[in-house]
Amino acid sequence: MKVLVAVKRVVDYNVKVRVKADNSGVDLANVKMSMNPFCEIAVEEAVRLKEKGVATEIVVVSIGPTTAQEQLRTALALGADRAILVESAEDLTSLAVAKLLKAVVDKEQPQLVILGKQAIDSDNNQTGQMLAALTGFGQGTFASKVEVAGDKVAVTREVDGGAQTVSLKLPAIITTDLRLNEPRYASLPNIMKAKKKPLEVLTPDALGVSTASTNKTLKVEAPAARSAGIKVKSVAELVEKLKNEAKVI
Amino acid sequence: MTILVIAEHDGKALAPATLNTVAAAAKIGGDIHVLVAGQGIGAVAEATAQIAGVAKVLVADNAAYAHQLPENVAPLVAELGAGYSHILAAATSNGKNILPRVAAQLDVDQISEIISVVSADTFTRPIYAGNAIATVQSTAPVKVITVRATGFDPVAAQGGSAAVEAVAAVHDAGTSSFVGEELAKSDRPELTAAKVVVSGGRGMQNGDNFKLLYTLADKLGAAVGASRAAVDAGFVPNDMQVGQTGKIVAPQLYIAVGISGAIQHLAGMKDSKVIVAINKDEEAPIFQVADYGLVADLFEAVPELEKLV
Repeated sequence: MKVLVAVKRVVDYNVKVRVKADNSGVDLANVKMSMNPFCEIAVEEAVRLKEKGVATEIVVVSIGPTTAQEQLRTALALGADRAILVESAEDLTSLAVAKLLKAVVDKEQPQLVILGKQAIDSDNNQTGQMLAALTGFGQGTFASKVEVAGDKVAVTREVDGGAQTVSLKLPAIITTDLRLNEPRYASLPNIMKAKKKPLEVLTPDALGVSTASTNKTLKVEAPAARSAGIKVKSVAELVEKLKNEAKVI
Repeated sequence: MTILVIAEHDGKALAPATLNTVAAAAKIGGDIHVLVAGQGIGAVAEATAQIAGVAKVLVADNAAYAHQLPENVAPLVAELGAGYSHILAAATSNGKNILPRVAAQLDVDQISEIISVVSADTFTRPIYAGNAIATVQSTAPVKVITVRATGFDPVAAQGGSAAVEAVAAVHDAGTSSFVGEELAKSDRPELTAAKVVVSGGRGMQNGDNFKLLYTLADKLGAAVGASRAAVDAGFVPNDMQVGQTGKIVAPQLYIAVGISGAIQHLAGMKDSKVIVAINKDEEAPIFQVADYGLVADLFEAVPELEKLV
């Protein structure tokens, strides 16, 4: 079974981002970039499926700038077999990314597509669901457990208030939640080997996909700052303040 | 302009998040219709018809829509929604699951988790875990939007008398089926709807110690949450997680216990009215957003607090 994994290059989760002075976006100059954490979980899940003998080939794909090759090489070092970069210097919306991924799905014909549930930059949480709509596949979003059996996959999903399990016909789309697995680190020999693995570069034009968008970001601002309050010296003082000053208990 | 709101429910009762979503629709302006899709949802439809400001309730009652499978519900919403100016759903796990599928079917971009309405086509939403707020304009013929409940005060659950109309359309894609669910049973209020939330972090040291927080919460009528660190460490289940990758809460009072205050946690609770932080590390970033900070050992402070409230 072939598994396609989509990964996104994003600002590292440890970086505290700053809004640009002209409100055009956040400042990403000289900022550490990494693979989106939810995408790392997606790669790990695919690698585990291969180790279990369920997956036979893992193709990793990224839609992004030339530099996203770094994240693809990371995925190759973690165990993916080959990589595809759909190169685009523009900031694409989730729908445009989903359309490009649909073109890659048509080309590669995977049985399972695994994506992160959201990217930590745009926080959209849309691409997997949109890809499912465009392909007509079933979707198991926010997955905490994935079990492939025959021509079906059982996905346990993190939902408000607990967990839900659905059964999907293959091919299917899965988006990962935090507790699905704990991603491994790439070993040095594997990082070296990954440099020799195939990496194909495509363009939206070559795939025949329009990336036009109905959304336009007008401005990006820093959130209203919350100022620090006071330190209380004792629990008794805290309770007194909550009762008489804040009047919340 | 007519807006279609997707009702959030569990088949038996209407979820409060629907009231916040209707409030967002009211801010946009125009007639508001609400779709209730599910199976055996008469009671939910009745409750929906009473929401203040709702003009019409569309009821799609069919086995295919039980458990809100997106493969079946999204085509229904896309079919009905194509004639509306906006389609809104709460940014719950359900809304997040279904609505992007609807947007892609309508070939429009979605705007996720809006926190305010600037005008009928322009909205604000947090990005980068709440470290920036983007103002986004949509040129889509049908604007598909999820609504963060904490950004909008709920409309009244009573006072309306909307017409109820049955929808006959049945979409059954046959690609997915419901297997089962395990919902956490709790007598405490739901996290996102609670007036008081007590949350624990890595400082709780283990899951057993969360009993301290449960006792305090029960005395305050509070819900209990946790930081991602506490969830990742396996102390408590993920549905208790407060933060950008978990639940977004904005209660009257938020008590953070043994939580350092990582950016991703702050993104989930910084809109709370009053924030209390109890942490033994006085340098913890949580104190920078707390109205009342107490530098203390939580294992002494929490039991004392429980006695005094």
